[in-house]
Amino acid sequence: MGYGADSSRFSENKRAVEDKFIGPLVKTSMNRCIQCTRCVRFVTEVAGVPELGAIGRGEDMEITSYLEHALTSELQGNVVDLCPVGALTSKPTAFHARPWEYLKTESVDVMDALGSAIRIDSRGREIVRILPRVNDAINEEWISDKTRHIVDGLKTQRLDRPYVRVDGSLRPASWAEAFAAVAGKVKATSPSRIGAIVGDLATVEEMFALKALFANLGSPNIDCRQDGSKLHPKFGRASYLFNSTIAGVDQADAILVIGSNPRHEAPVLNARIRKRWLGGGVLTGLVGEMADLTFKYNYLGAAPESLAAFADHPPANKTKPMFILGAGAFARPDGEAVLSLAAKAALSLGVVKDGWNGFNVLHSAASRVGGLDLGLVPGERGLDAPTMAKANAIDMLVNLGADEIDIEPGAFVVYIGTHGDRGAHRADVILPGAAYSEKTGIYVNTEGRPQFAERAVFPPGDAREDWSILRALSDPIGARLPFDSLTQLRSALAAAYPFLVRFDAVAPADAGVFGQLAALGGAIDKAPFVAAVADFYLTNPIARASRVMAECSALGRGVQREAAE
Amino acid sequence: MSVRRLADEQPTSFEFAPDNKAWAEKELAKYPPGRQASAVLALLWRAQKQNGYWLPRPAIETVAAMLDMPNIRVLEVATFYTMFNLAPVGRHYVQLCGTTPCMLCGAEDLKAVCRKRIGEQGHVTSDGLFSWTEVECLGACCNAPMVQINEEYYEDLTPENFAKLLDDLAAARPVRTGSQVGRVSSEPIGGLTSLTTLYGADGRGAPGAPANDQSPPSPDEAAAHAHAEVEAADIQAALATLPADATPEQKADAVGDRPPALEAPREGGPDDLQRINGVGPVNEKRLHELGVYHFDQVAAWKRREIRWVGTYLSFPGRIDREQWVLQAAALAAGGSGPKDEQTHLPTGKIGD
Repeated sequence: MGYGADSSRFSENKRAVEDKFIGPLVKTSMNRCIQCTRCVRFVTEVAGVPELGAIGRGEDMEITSYLEHALTSELQGNVVDLCPVGALTSKPTAFHARPWEYLKTESVDVMDALGSAIRIDSRGREIVRILPRVNDAINEEWISDKTRHIVDGLKTQRLDRPYVRVDGSLRPASWAEAFAAVAGKVKATSPSRIGAIVGDLATVEEMFALKALFANLGSPNIDCRQDGSKLHPKFGRASYLFNSTIAGVDQADAILVIGSNPRHEAPVLNARIRKRWLGGGVLTGLVGEMADLTFKYNYLGAAPESLAAFADHPPANKTKPMFILGAGAFARPDGEAVLSLAAKAALSLGVVKDGWNGFNVLHSAASRVGGLDLGLVPGERGLDAPTMAKANAIDMLVNLGADEIDIEPGAFVVYIGTHGDRGAHRADVILPGAAYSEKTGIYVNTEGRPQFAERAVFPPGDAREDWSILRALSDPIGARLPFDSLTQLRSALAAAYPFLVRFDAVAPADAGVFGQLAALGGAIDKAPFVAAVADFYLTNPIARASRVMAECSALGRGVQREAAE
Repeated sequence: MSVRRLADEQPTSFEFAPDNKAWAEKELAKYPPGRQASAVLALLWRAQKQNGYWLPRPAIETVAAMLDMPNIRVLEVATFYTMFNLAPVGRHYVQLCGTTPCMLCGAEDLKAVCRKRIGEQGHVTSDGLFSWTEVECLGACCNAPMVQINEEYYEDLTPENFAKLLDDLAAARPVRTGSQVGRVSSEPIGGLTSLTTLYGADGRGAPGAPANDQSPPSPDEAAAHAHAEVEAADIQAALATLPADATPEQKADAVGDRPPALEAPREGGPDDLQRINGVGPVNEKRLHELGVYHFDQVAAWKRREIRWVGTYLSFPGRIDREQWVLQAAALAAGGSGPKDEQTHLPTGKIGD
């Protein structure tokens, strides 16, 4: 007993608190809770979904959600970072590893087009968790639940070897066999009958390689807009960027959201709009689907025609008015007319004027701005993505991770991607690629800010980085690409597109394009706007492979789970 | 106090009764737009009263919807304040003060009575009549120990009279609120030591003080009490048929007969009606206006006349309580009124 008594001298009752169920993402150890109410304040003030509270009082005060219902916020994972004592911990990553075992990789997120700063913690070949990094220009210190809890989706449903469809079913194959199958098809097909569609998670490098490959093949059929968006680089860079920058939201004194649900398309941006709204002195409005955006707004209508009232409007009595146009607003047959009308309204209202450009396109795909910057749109007499997806429109399609488009029968599809999702099911040849955490690469966010994503782990099995797949494929199909390493590729990229390698900086786009855009005109459809994201938790193949996201999605659809813990 | 959770068994719905709803609308209108949450305590309290002194989950949600508050915010309020009961309570809900003065005066014995008669705290008797809980100081320390049952205080309790009180409540017999040993409000238990010239040693002389009834009511008195209640209800019913702007005369005529009046005082001038305990300068003036100047006039009042005058003066029941007629008879017979001699009335058996 050299070190004192062997039993506690504390003879009082110890306070014990029951653990609470507050959703599939946050695990509670309420004995540790010190009732600082940071989580209550975050959920109420930042996330704008007042569902957490402190019941009882004094010694018996307890943090809980109402009747232990799951929280509905898309930002709830952040309460784990906020909790000073570890009473709230991450449920999916609990008991997986110790923090000192992690290899920490600073990277950027691709679940939405914001490019939030993240830190990927991995142990061995496995990613354990994703945490936010502070980036005041984009995500401040928050990330969405999809960004944070996508982790298990990176491990399941993975394509770890090439496949070739033989007699109607996919059979494992070697790289050589797969390339031979592709090469045979390419040689038998006229270049004008070959097309390529680029998905939402592609890096600039692989898109650059794909573009070069198709230039060598001599095919004009290439498109990075699988949603059928009518945004086009020919209208100028300002027509498809979030021009005011995300931090510009803090200065806006009028915000009109058009054809978007920012809460689902970019939850972190939505929190920023809410912060601005809480600050007061801002007029908020919505044209599009009505939704709970966590801030109050004036509802102006569902269809683009509600925007027509602003086309010949005297300038608004606001110094920094802002449009936030969702990707869904342009992914419709009259997308160009909507763009023109929005430009006209922006000019007449003073959304675009000297010293201020509040014309903001909010993309929902991380690769989209990069693709548009590279000009991955159909060339002369080229076909766009929805046309290529039609039955027998083309004979062969290279699908670089485009899973949100339904490719009709007819074409021979080469799928380069990571997950056994829609695209892989339709494919005739599958070439396994690398997910965003498994390759270094450039992503351009919705502001037009190029950011560099680092590799945290290596791709599984035989999977390779997408650019190297394209490089390797270019030889057998006789369209050899002129770079043998990523460094060479980036040198070529930097020479062709110098603004894409000025990292973390936003170069203001020329606002002079809006005059021509406004003059474009066009007939506006009466159909109401449809937001680009239908189910926040299931927007890409990684998310659809994640059990955690599936559970969140089920909860979001109102399938309430029993509070069983 | 322990962890407060909603009851396991909950009704499926809750709706404010029409009158409470109207009241709630008025309450909401007190606050500027967007600040309706300020009414949360008032509305929860009214909801609890309507629902037999406990707050069910649907009531919390109803109030939240009315005030445009998140459910959790209202739940926070409901679980914070112990005056909100989250589980059903007995029809007679006993809140027993156990804070220092009451404890020193025997609250522990009362708790024993509760445990024996009702059971443990929070337990509702099988007949649904009683439940009890210990509360912090209710501010009646002078008359410790005390309990609050529903909205009434019962003070100066002993295990015996408390047990009897509970029995009476269970049997729906009339009970006396306030001190159970007959003292007036919170005067000293051994009689007044000061201001005795004004109020009498027992405090009976105080303006508005209840009449001399220091011993617990006998069965006869209880019957009389019940009779008085019937009469009061009768008067209320009669008044209810009148328009709201009826004059005192109209109201009085509806419930009784106007007493005979004199044109002027008889020779020798009017009697000093203020000698009647309960008649002050204002009432004396109004009685003069009614043509009542003499003790014998008052002493001759019959039931319907008492009702008339009581209603006219807006003092329902007071004439009986203060026994104006008996006092006037004594005074008319040449005796002395209670105001004349402080020692006239028995001091009673206080503290037994």
